[in-house]
Amino acid sequence: MTNALIRLPRSVKKGEVFEVKTLIQHPMETGFRAGTNGTTIPRDIIEEMICTYNGVEIFRMKLSSAIAANPYVSFHTVATESGTLYFRWTGDNGFKVEETARITVA
Amino acid sequence: MDQALTRRRFLARSGAGAAGAALVSLMPFAPAEAAPDDLARAIKEVVGSARLNTGKVTLDIAPLVENGNTVPMKVMVESPMTAKDHVKAIHVFNEKNPQPYVLNATLGPRAGRAAIATHIKLRESQKIVAVAEFSDGTFWTAGADVIVTIAACVEDLLQ
Amino acid sequence: MKRLLGALLLLAAQASAEIPEAERRSGYHDMSPSVQAMQDDDMANPAMLWVLDGEKFWNQRQGAANESCADCHGEAARMAGVAARYPAFATDANAPVNLDQRINLCRTEQQKAPAFEYESRELLSLNALVSMQSREQQIAPPSDPRLLPFTQAGAEAFNRRQGQLNLSCAQCHEDNRGRKLAGATIPQAHPTGYPIYRLEWQSLGSLQRRLRNCLIGMRAEPYAYGAPEYVALELYLMKRAAGMPFEAPGVRP
Ligand code: HEC
Ligand code: HEC
Repeated sequence: MTNALIRLPRSVKKGEVFEVKTLIQHPMETGFRAGTNGTTIPRDIIEEMICTYNGVEIFRMKLSSAIAANPYVSFHTVATESGTLYFRWTGDNGFKVEETARITVA
Repeated sequence: MDQALTRRRFLARSGAGAAGAALVSLMPFAPAEAAPDDLARAIKEVVGSARLNTGKVTLDIAPLVENGNTVPMKVMVESPMTAKDHVKAIHVFNEKNPQPYVLNATLGPRAGRAAIATHIKLRESQKIVAVAEFSDGTFWTAGADVIVTIAACVEDLLQ
Repeated sequence: MKRLLGALLLLAAQASAEIPEAERRSGYHDMSPSVQAMQDDDMANPAMLWVLDGEKFWNQRQGAANESCADCHGEAARMAGVAARYPAFATDANAPVNLDQRINLCRTEQQKAPAFEYESRELLSLNALVSMQSREQQIAPPSDPRLLPFTQAGAEAFNRRQGQLNLSCAQCHEDNRGRKLAGATIPQAHPTGYPIYRLEWQSLGSLQRRLRNCLIGMRAEPYAYGAPEYVALELYLMKRAAGMPFEAPGVRP
């Protein structure tokens, strides 16, 4: 199981802009490093992260091998209504992690 | 790996400025490095024939970092983020990693604020460029130079 | 061990220029503000991914005893203060043990399961979870007289010149603290943040792994993980840092 952490404010007012912070476990192996036996360690990265808010895409990021291991990404969004933020990270070797977080809009 | 360590120490001793160079020469791989030309080319691919304006973008990254493996970075863009006038995307490039296009974030009016943060890798001292793509088709940019020093007493790379 | 004994005889009398209490500072303060910010924000500190695992492992029933850490210890929060006073003397091992070893004793003696490997994800995660409960608490080494000879051996090892560079830990961490070494500021070597997420490792690692890096840097032979020499050094480092606030899991360059 891959670990992912998501942080949202506990509750926000309608129309308020809030920060979404995410952290996910991943080596982000560049594909340029040599392993113990001299051969190159194959590339293994997360290529894309998306976030939807009650089904509507609000953020998408393309990552490269220049993103640090255990990628941290933060972005913002406007509180429209209470509901679910859905996150999906996809990458090399069929990597796919999905996670959701609840948001309460007062 | 003792050998590498000796070399690192040796280079490191010949002056603080050599520390970055030591890191590079120690990297056990030699990919084609993204030259400044590659940086310009990568930016061009995104911007096309549009003009690249300076301003509106703030790139927040430490000028001196102790370790290039995880370098915190923030990009903030001045924009009302309305349906009519917003930032569509934020692109980040660097000069000397094997590949110059670091990330591309797609935003819209629902973002409310055009500000993102992440941690990037920097193999050595170099220039970082952030480009914001606006809904009116204009592009704005900011750059920063980052000096990467190296940690002392690092572990043997290959055990 | 031969080397330790030999050096003990040679240098037992050497006094160290201990850092006065008012001047003690965590390696945290030698880091750039951006790396400090990474440690301060649990969402930006990658070590928290290990803590998350630690919570999972804490609640998993394991071994022939089919018991979880939680079955015996309750909430992880009840471990508050524990990491701030380790290594401690373990009666069940009749020796000083660090936190990793204490956890492994519970694995083998209580859960009846095989010990975790040093630096394994499981052990680091559980250590991180337990250590985090002592955040903000002061480092408080036990005043157990059984520990004294070991703490003393650690103090001697800290002050003994060793390796091909003929350096002692104290020469860097006391005499040259605050100076630059290849771009890094030499910290005072306080064990306040362990386990740490080290940017160099791109991973969480133990204090022993950090010490191993310093030994390699001194061109000295590192000990095997879990060696009594490391535990002795850990004991002395904790004594040297007594009263300092614990800040695990830390971030270091
Ligand atoms: C040549 C100088 C040098 C020697 C000798 C040395 N170290 Fe270090 N040590 C460093 C440096 C530099 C760092 C900082 C880490 C970095 O950025 O590489 C460090 C880091 C540490 C830390 C981590 C502190 C923190 O804030 O997390 C500890 C603990 C430590 N050393 C203990 C020791 C011990 C014990 C010895 C002797 C066995 C020793 N060191 C020998 C240079 C040295
Ligand atoms: C069957 C009961 C049992 C289980 C299961 C168990 N422990 Fe323990 N644990 C103990 C006992 C009893 C002690 C006290 C031993 C002593 O002081 O001699 C102890 C001590 C400890 C201590 C030291 C506490 C202190 O105040 O010094 C730590 C840390 C610890 N356990 C962690 C763990 C972890 C982590 C796990 C799960 C991997 C675990 N234990 C599983 C019974 C258990």
